[in-house]
Amino acid sequence: MSRVDSAISLRGVVKRFGPITAVDGLDLEVPAGVCFGLLGPNGAGKSTTMRMLTAQTLADEGEIEVLGFELPRESKQSRLEMGVVPQLDNLDVELSCRQILTVFSRLYRVPRAEREQAVERALGIANLQPRADTIVRELSGGMRRRLLVARGLIHRPRLVLLDEPTVGLDPQVRQELWSLIDGLRTEGVTVLMSTHYIEEAERLADTVAVMSSGRVIAQGTPAELVREHAGEQVVEVYGPPEELERVLGQASASGWTSRRSGPAVAIMRAETLDGSAPDGVRRPANLEDAFVALTGEEIE
Amino acid sequence: MSAAAGPAGGVRRIGRLEPAALAGVMSRDVAVFGRYWKATTFSSVVQPTIYLLAFGIGFGSLLPHVVGVKYALYVSTGVVATAVLFSSAFPGMFNTFVRWQFQRTYDAVLAAPVDVEELITAEVLWISVRAGVYGVAPLLVGFAFGLEPVWGMLLVPLVGFVTGYGFAAFGVTVAAVAKTIDNFNYVTSAVLTPMFLVAGTFFPVSTLPPVMRTIAQINPLYHCVQLVRDCSFGRLGVADLGHAAVLIAFALLMWRLAIWQLGKRLID
Repeated sequence: MSRVDSAISLRGVVKRFGPITAVDGLDLEVPAGVCFGLLGPNGAGKSTTMRMLTAQTLADEGEIEVLGFELPRESKQSRLEMGVVPQLDNLDVELSCRQILTVFSRLYRVPRAEREQAVERALGIANLQPRADTIVRELSGGMRRRLLVARGLIHRPRLVLLDEPTVGLDPQVRQELWSLIDGLRTEGVTVLMSTHYIEEAERLADTVAVMSSGRVIAQGTPAELVREHAGEQVVEVYGPPEELERVLGQASASGWTSRRSGPAVAIMRAETLDGSAPDGVRRPANLEDAFVALTGEEIE
Repeated sequence: MSAAAGPAGGVRRIGRLEPAALAGVMSRDVAVFGRYWKATTFSSVVQPTIYLLAFGIGFGSLLPHVVGVKYALYVSTGVVATAVLFSSAFPGMFNTFVRWQFQRTYDAVLAAPVDVEELITAEVLWISVRAGVYGVAPLLVGFAFGLEPVWGMLLVPLVGFVTGYGFAAFGVTVAAVAKTIDNFNYVTSAVLTPMFLVAGTFFPVSTLPPVMRTIAQINPLYHCVQLVRDCSFGRLGVADLGHAAVLIAFALLMWRLAIWQLGKRLID
């Protein structure tokens, strides 16, 4: 991948907060026009990485380029063409949807003649036309999140950063947001999305980078990651705790990749085990298996 | 750099303190003000008016004249500075802290093409414009006590603006340094209250012991009071250039201090 085709490019980026190294030698290339998922457990450095892309956190080492602009020096130019949807709701609770969108249309330099149209379009994206003049404090959580997304799209950005876009939302609102994000990719907008929901990454991302302890430990399409790190099939063994302990012992003695999976032990690459695998339920390997195999961490 | 993903020819370079960014941030303040103007205006106008009535009428009956003016008029011109102080330092502290820490508004603004310098400048500008306007209220009350309108009074909003700019930026700096909102109490009690008492608002600084007089000289509010009085009683002279210079220097100093202190906390 040549640099010019990258919407985002990080090389050797390090960020320390006192004794904690949040980002530890991060290399990342996000090609233009894809939906790129940054998957990792809490504390992997995803949010810090997101903040560095808007120069709200400054890297201690390394180089960052966004939309061809060098950060932090040219960050303001890159922010002009970039939309940001933060993890934490930072809407102005005192203002109405329309007022917030109008303020941000100005902050993002939408020309005066186009502002009203941009605000209407954003209200449409958020599906909030009937609540346009409602004060944010009176909106439901789902509506607020949709408004937060629409606010980041007010200026038709080329690049959108979504930090845990559906965290804490109910399944229906999550589905709505997923369609919205999918729509962005169809329009050719580059999307960088951090998430710790496996399903979200699996459904939406063309490419997934798995982050752990501040660096990328694996990268590829969801299917590639699954094949490479969890194989094709997984066998799930159910039983009483002592039985599960025994299976885990057997797995580690035999060098199999295994993990606790709720009430069961999951053994990966079951297709390679021939007759030696314990009896259990066979299922196709998924991204969660690959993720746990990679990071050693359970999700949620 | 390619045209597809880089700053191709013709792309607008954006620089420091862009009017568009300042206007954008201030448009947010205007929208919020549109909702709360009644409460904001009430507190900014009523508080100094109460001081004015209490001291003007109360003390006014004991000492009819101070430095050659009717006491009520002496106070009504002095309280302009108090009005400016209240309507700039407090919003500077509270609005900043709430928007930064509780609502995270500043995080959202800084993700847009607005930098810290623009954000803080716009916030301080807005507060100081308001303070300049509110500062006129005591003069209006003064008219009821027989204060004579003079042309020089047209300068009072400007004096209020410059003073308000300094105190708004001071408030932003306090908000940046404070760990919690309760810490503002220290500043209110130990800094702001003595400051408005030792500014020649209610009694001439010349009546104070020498040490206090010296302290008053470095109190920006004292210079605001002097300037407002000289504007209001048609006594503008060379000394007022000195008062104006102190206020401008205070405003500039506090402005840079606010950007430095809040900036290093907003961008980590």
